[in-house]
Amino acid sequence: MSENSLYPGLNLGDKHGDAHVQAESTVFGFWVFLMSDLIIFGILFAGYASYLDPIGLAGGPGPKELFDINSVAIQTVLLLVGGVAYAGVSLTVKYGHGRGNLVAWLLVCAAFGAGFLFFEVRDFISQAGKGGTPQVSGWLSSYWTLVGLHGIHVFCGILWIFAMIGQVATRGIDDVVKVRLSMLGVFWHFLDLIWVGIFSFVFLVPLA
Amino acid sequence: MKGMTSPIFGNLDWTVTPYTDLLQQVNSSTIVSAGAASVLVLGGIAVLVLFTWMGWWGPLYRNWLTSPDAKKIGIMYVTLALIMLARGIIEGFVIRAHQATALGTLARPESGLVSPDHFAQLFSTHGTIMIFFVAMPLLIGLINFVLPQQLGARDMAFPVLNQISLGLTASGAGLVMISLLLGKFGTGGWTMYPPYTGKDFSPGEGVDYWLWAILISGMGSTLTGMNFAVTIFKKRAPGMHFMRMPLFCWTSLCVAIMLIYAMPALTVSSAMLALDRYAGFHFFTNDAGGNMMNYANIFWMFGHPEVYILILPAFGVFSEISSTFSGKRLYGYTSLVIASMSIAVISFTVWLHHFFTMGQSAGVNIAFGIATMIIGVPTGVKIYDWMATMWRGRVRITTPVVYLTGFFLLFVIGGLSGIILANPSIDYQVHNSTFLVAHFHNVIIPGVLYGMLAGIHYWFPKAFGFRLSETWGRRTALLFVGGFIFTFMPLYVLGLMGMPRRSPTFQNPDFMAWMYIAAFGGVLMLCALASLVWTFWTSYRNRLALAVPGGDPWNGSTLEWSTPAPVPEWTFPRIPHVDKRNDWGEKKRAGDPWKGPETYTDIELPANTALGLLITGGSFALGFAMVWHIWWLAVLCCLALPGLVALRGMRLIEPKIIPAAQVEEADRRFRQQVASLAPASRADEETERNRGVPDISEFAG
Repeated sequence: MSENSLYPGLNLGDKHGDAHVQAESTVFGFWVFLMSDLIIFGILFAGYASYLDPIGLAGGPGPKELFDINSVAIQTVLLLVGGVAYAGVSLTVKYGHGRGNLVAWLLVCAAFGAGFLFFEVRDFISQAGKGGTPQVSGWLSSYWTLVGLHGIHVFCGILWIFAMIGQVATRGIDDVVKVRLSMLGVFWHFLDLIWVGIFSFVFLVPLA
Repeated sequence: MKGMTSPIFGNLDWTVTPYTDLLQQVNSSTIVSAGAASVLVLGGIAVLVLFTWMGWWGPLYRNWLTSPDAKKIGIMYVTLALIMLARGIIEGFVIRAHQATALGTLARPESGLVSPDHFAQLFSTHGTIMIFFVAMPLLIGLINFVLPQQLGARDMAFPVLNQISLGLTASGAGLVMISLLLGKFGTGGWTMYPPYTGKDFSPGEGVDYWLWAILISGMGSTLTGMNFAVTIFKKRAPGMHFMRMPLFCWTSLCVAIMLIYAMPALTVSSAMLALDRYAGFHFFTNDAGGNMMNYANIFWMFGHPEVYILILPAFGVFSEISSTFSGKRLYGYTSLVIASMSIAVISFTVWLHHFFTMGQSAGVNIAFGIATMIIGVPTGVKIYDWMATMWRGRVRITTPVVYLTGFFLLFVIGGLSGIILANPSIDYQVHNSTFLVAHFHNVIIPGVLYGMLAGIHYWFPKAFGFRLSETWGRRTALLFVGGFIFTFMPLYVLGLMGMPRRSPTFQNPDFMAWMYIAAFGGVLMLCALASLVWTFWTSYRNRLALAVPGGDPWNGSTLEWSTPAPVPEWTFPRIPHVDKRNDWGEKKRAGDPWKGPETYTDIELPANTALGLLITGGSFALGFAMVWHIWWLAVLCCLALPGLVALRGMRLIEPKIIPAAQVEEADRRFRQQVASLAPASRADEETERNRGVPDISEFAG
């Protein structure tokens, strides 16, 4: 393994010295934590599959009545482009392009995430309006929980972005902040990964 | 009884304590509840008074509660576990006492010491406490204390996170404890199967106490697993290759991996049940498409790896002590590593044997039955390895060896009864009977409890600088062995006679003889608990005679025995360079193992922080608020907890620096002391001549 790929995600590289070394255990640890988070999503996916039958639907509204695939497509684009935008953050940190650029890229990511959330919440509201609340059936419970948990993750990611902007503003781009931005990057991309699963299995499979 | 939910106090009012029940009706059941609540209250007051009187609050806060040192965190974990153990054993005794008096008649079906509802709370808290707040903190505490020392690491990879994990576990334990005084605990057993534990059949706070204790402490355990894994992967001393790690580190790695992958399942099943209860979801309800089998599956996807999470550290301890106390190298190191890892992996493929009878096809049952039998193979390999380690060794019958012997004899019986249960057609006959209760106590007590107590005895001098009394240690061990045999062997018989587990009453007088034997076993277990407490107390009083400042009282072979006892907070004056497996033993063989480093450097340690303590308070308040529907407090905590973390993120935190001169001074003093102490031979190991400096010419490990 080369010294420049010590941990998951874009590595800071040798010229960042201590931050690069510290990131080895910290970012690896965060990645391990996300693997545990992945298990949570994995179980929720399996649960969703198990409720996706007439018994689980329990006579309530189903995928065909509730899902607006256009809106889901828009959400997918917003989230994935937001994920790509984080490359701006990582590269800015790695090549030292300054605080202003860094904050700008972070804000771009947050904006895409917020756009995703806007469409997702709008969908949830319209589904609830059509009688698709989680209290109606086992399938709806699992749908709201799985997709909602992903949405909560995105919301937390946005909060984290603002916390990092606060840290960049107060303490500058020091070693600790660099390591934390690397972790945030792994997290932000992880949300894309989960969404690919949600888009495929939660939305496309039942509509197919 | 309950009125509207108050906006300030939620569902709390003056009627929730067991004293209300006692005032309404005086009988043995209400007296036991009120007595237990009084023990909690008086115990709390006694601790408050004692600490204030002795002026211990300052030192407690500065040296312990705010310390991110893994060794201290480990000791606090073990302390928490031992307090909970006392409650768990006493509850076990009350369960035995109740069943010994529970012979009912058709005319008067309810009899016995406590009421059926109270009995159900007892077995639910007993199971919850013993698994989540005794076994887990014991093993996590022991790993915290030992792992960095054995790896040659300064500390855990994430010391502050470690402190937070302890805090989350402690607040979970606190929730279970406070349920003695305020309200009732759930009655669904430690697994809390819905739909019985759903809102329809279990309204009230009971199940919610369990849910929040599990959700909060489960989060702590997940973070702990991550911490252990990163420590092992990234923080080993130079030269400490994987195949040079002591076996305890290997089993810790297995535990870490299993915690990371198993705990999320518990989090999911508990969160789903919480959504059912709080928000009217339909994951596990009888109606509207709920499916309780999903709960059973998800819970046991956690639950089965969990039992191996519990047992593997004990296997690690037994590997260390079988080698040390027979003066031989561990037999079959590689096979033990492979066996541990196999157990860790296979443990994820057997969960369904917990519900063979729930209606899946015979083919599915057979697949899981076979997987369950296969997992016995690596366990068998281990037992033979330890016996081969002791074979023709110079075995000293110290306390850990008494536990090990009890483990050999009893654990094999427990394992074999597990193989019996792994056969689905037999399982159909004895499932849900006390045969099962006997089986899992038969693996958990001789496995986990004996292993952890042996480990505590073994490493105690490293933590506190003096050995525990061997005489009292052996008495305690024998009492635990006898107590186990008398309490649980009758349950095998009762199970085969057809007695269902968790029965508050029964009508078959033939059960009584076995019930009395089991109750006598319960008395022995109480005596064992008292003897354990006395062991600590009497050893503390004789601490000068038992002191082992040389730090190596058992002539050990792993790195942790190279440092003074008690071990300084920086552990190693310099991070050691490891050349061989059993590096400390090899240094003894090469002569003059205590040679100090030539130069010393400043040591950087994480600074003390109150973050863990604040998170403990916040998470406890959150759980408590959710249990009692005190919404404003819950919202406040949900804002405060991430706020605390965010605020800490803004601050620059300087590490604590121990100057090289201070390290050098302490280290040179230790080396001089070792040189001045007379080496003790194995024959003198239990006498006052053992000052922690062994006769290295005797080393043969």
